[in-house]
Amino acid sequence: MRLNRAAYLAAEIVTPLAVVLIVLWFTNAQPSFFLPPLQDVVAAFIGNWLFALVPEHLVPSLARLFTGYIAAIVIGVGAGVLIGKVPEIRRQATPVVEFLRAIPPPALLPFTLIAFGTGDAAKVILIALVCVWPILLNTVDGITGVESTLRETGESYRIGRWDTLLHVDLRAASPQIFAGMRASLPLAIIIMVISEMVGATNGIGFFIVQAQRTFAIPDMWSGIILLGILGYLLNLVFTLVERGALAWYHGSRADVR
Amino acid sequence: MLTLENVSKLYGEAGSGTLAVKDLSFEIGENEVVTIVGPSGCGKTTVLKLMAGLLAPSSGNITIDGRPVVRPPEQIALVFQDYVNSLYPWMTVGDNVAFPLKRKVRDRVERRERVMSAVESVGLAGFLDRYPWQLSGGMQQRVAIARGLAYQPKILLMDEPFGALDAQTRADLEDLVLKVRDEFGVTVVFVTHDIDESVYLADRVLVMGPRPTFIEADLAVDLPSPRDQIETKELPEFGRVRSDIYRRIRRSSELMRTENLRTVKA
Repeated sequence: MRLNRAAYLAAEIVTPLAVVLIVLWFTNAQPSFFLPPLQDVVAAFIGNWLFALVPEHLVPSLARLFTGYIAAIVIGVGAGVLIGKVPEIRRQATPVVEFLRAIPPPALLPFTLIAFGTGDAAKVILIALVCVWPILLNTVDGITGVESTLRETGESYRIGRWDTLLHVDLRAASPQIFAGMRASLPLAIIIMVISEMVGATNGIGFFIVQAQRTFAIPDMWSGIILLGILGYLLNLVFTLVERGALAWYHGSRADVR
Repeated sequence: MLTLENVSKLYGEAGSGTLAVKDLSFEIGENEVVTIVGPSGCGKTTVLKLMAGLLAPSSGNITIDGRPVVRPPEQIALVFQDYVNSLYPWMTVGDNVAFPLKRKVRDRVERRERVMSAVESVGLAGFLDRYPWQLSGGMQQRVAIARGLAYQPKILLMDEPFGALDAQTRADLEDLVLKVRDEFGVTVVFVTHDIDESVYLADRVLVMGPRPTFIEADLAVDLPSPRDQIETKELPEFGRVRSDIYRRIRRSSELMRTENLRTVKA
């Protein structure tokens, strides 16, 4: 059964609305200490995040998130290009990379706590350490997967090495690289929150844990909901950026001739 | 201008490898259209890559204007059969044609002029801002040809460029090749397995022998210019040359088939 656009739009609005209404009803009908009435949570949310605690908790969290994520992109793409283009390096690096990327992120937390302490640097390093792997591996895949005809074309026209890297290799690999960045985004958020729950003095993660410890349950939930909204918005921004950068890619696959 | 002398190419180790080319010699002069035909699998692509400097010969010499070909020479531009993977999908038609010129032509105005002139001569004047994947196969191959022309090579090397296109488009593009040869004064070396095409375009046809390949025959094509898809093909000379080539290739194909059977049985 094909639904037309209006029906899709309606579903997109009605479904979340329905969920909210159900939660509203449920939390009021069966009030529990851990699931307070929805309106209390909303009140806490407005009180905390619009915009009282934004500078104290949200801003430092976002700063750590972006710094770590961008560091992961720079290192991941840089190392990925190196590994992808130089076969000798690829052969040496592959077993090491495979081992390191398999370590579960929380397992690294004790290491970073001891090695880097509890400051901002430690959190940024942890985020970068975890997020670099999907980006690096996808970059390697993208670079090594460049079509041989494309490569021969560049060779036959004597395209310079820098031009080849910037205008051919990276562009051809960009769909893969974006896939890696997309996979790393939720990881970055998760690691940011976890690192703020253990050894921190500010941040959303810290706020949530502290609210839980002081039994300020609506505040705790307000923090959790904030995280959900944050993830949603970041994903939205990412999708818009990707759509712009990969317009050619989506266009070229739109109708296969 | 481009000379191959006693060229051979061995893939793999001596003794256990494949000899693709054996003792191949020929010359390409200025301002001529030379087509290269041969049975399937004889090694045409290998010969083309050797000419283009993408492969190094195992023995023998390849020189262009007297200087040895060690890597892709500046005087040669290549048009590949697989246009989908040869044009850059993230660049517009105009950018694609201009890209190889970035090093050669520093002046942006001159670059633009070259691009315009090349694109106009292949009949795609209004399509500069389109992307390759928005165009039909024939048009994409025109872009690839324009890119080769803008590069202003001495030799345009074309590797079965119309193999993936329909007959009508192929005929149009064949005439386009002759037209740009007249306009730009460039030498064209055209590899094909379409015998009619090889005769129609050529001043000379190089017929390749079965693997390990060599030049079996170097046939002059004595047909009047300008060529016409209908009138030229009605001439008795056309049929004569075509049949000559066809017989040779049929014989070579047969030889290769029995050779394959022999090695399989062994």
